[in-house]
Amino acid sequence: MRRSDAQTRARALVTGAVLLVLAACGPAPVARGINDPNEAANREVHAFNKALDRTFLRGGAEGVKSIPQPLRTAVRNLGGNLDMPRIVLNDLLQGNADDAVHNGFRFLVNTTFGLGGLLDPATDMGLDMRATDFGETLHVWGAPEGAYVELPVLGPSTERDTAGLIVDLALNPLRFVLPARELRAATALRFAARLSERAEFGATVDSLLYQSADSYAQVRLLYLQNRRFRLGGGDAAAAGAVDPYGDPDADPYDDPAAAAGGAGPPLPADPALDPFYDPYEDPNVR
Amino acid sequence: MSADLSRRSALVVLTGLGAAALLPGGAAALSDAEARDLVGRVVGEINAIINSGRSEAAMIREFERVFARYADVPVIARSVLGPAARSASAADLRAYTEAFQGYMARKYGKRFREFAGARIEVTGAQRVRTYYEVISTARLRGQAPFEVRWRVSDRSGRDLFFDLIIEGVSMLVTERAEIGAMLDRRRGDLRALTEDLRRAG
Repeated sequence: MRRSDAQTRARALVTGAVLLVLAACGPAPVARGINDPNEAANREVHAFNKALDRTFLRGGAEGVKSIPQPLRTAVRNLGGNLDMPRIVLNDLLQGNADDAVHNGFRFLVNTTFGLGGLLDPATDMGLDMRATDFGETLHVWGAPEGAYVELPVLGPSTERDTAGLIVDLALNPLRFVLPARELRAATALRFAARLSERAEFGATVDSLLYQSADSYAQVRLLYLQNRRFRLGGGDAAAAGAVDPYGDPDADPYDDPAAAAGGAGPPLPADPALDPFYDPYEDPNVR
Repeated sequence: MSADLSRRSALVVLTGLGAAALLPGGAAALSDAEARDLVGRVVGEINAIINSGRSEAAMIREFERVFARYADVPVIARSVLGPAARSASAADLRAYTEAFQGYMARKYGKRFREFAGARIEVTGAQRVRTYYEVISTARLRGQAPFEVRWRVSDRSGRDLFFDLIIEGVSMLVTERAEIGAMLDRRRGDLRALTEDLRRAG
């Protein structure tokens, strides 16, 4: 056996062991509430991003709209398919064999029967995209969410997800497979896919960015709620969450004194902090 | 009943207007099958509006009627207003609630077209504390399926929706932030906010 072979094998073993240990640490708890100590700076970035959207993306997305729908779908499919190797890699890093196989098959099906990813027969076969990223991998490894961040150009994120973005960029398997020119084409394609999405959901994005009283707060809420949902699953709140009031079955309105207007237990001022928020128990509502 | 929904109807569900009514007094005995049936019925009703071929304005009026009937609008309106609801007079609160209802119908009603071709399937219902959460999966052509949760309570005396949660994003939480920001812009003046709401959305 050649020495380099043995070295490679040893390295792979060590890497595998490290990953196993990391995976064994268990995921970080899904965060609650809003942790945004750099809000002032983030708001400046938000203003910049809005200006960017107004100047380039909005118009660009309008242009995209004039492209026939089948072509737009093909671009989005292709962009999505190019993302699959990176996603499968993250599934593996998370020790999620189920999703790795699911997404791996999806990539195979769409690359072959889907003509290199132009079509998406996999979704019709039940192999829908199960997206993930290195930010989620960090979550699975136990890293906390960190502060909320709005990144220039890229938009809403958290400290953990920003670290994930950088690693995803560096680790993308395509980088090691595709020649430089094709890689640039792939990046352009993924950008085009994003632009197509901006066009697809144009009215919603417009109403969010330009018709909200506080678009910064709206984007932040949307991102954090959706991100936590994807990391913890919809049942995370109901299943494993810590109940801020002790007994989850306790209902202050079953207490006749409280129902009659007496002082009940302290209730949350902000439902964003309480996944069990019940407006019928909100003292502001009654 | 088939949970297959035609394209636009699903959208309504997704945008917060698709509030379903449970059978009167049926919340305590709500089963998976009843939940399935219920979501199907509401979407069916809304579907009829969308397929009526009327103008956008006429449809929004109809959606407002459905929203008023199947969602607990007074509780949603007060909940998103927060502490300001406690100090408001009954008349001011009534005017605000009415304006809020129209705002919701316009804001969410305008986005129907973006969700063409959806199919919604109820996958379960669970009791959470004092209310029910009906869990459904929405499938749009060419996109990964996504989850819509409907929170239903009978504490108003009727079974009504008070929140819709789409992929983790709660309508209540989102509107609470928005209405809060609108109120701040008016320095806490509820009447001014009510005026703004009549034009917003």
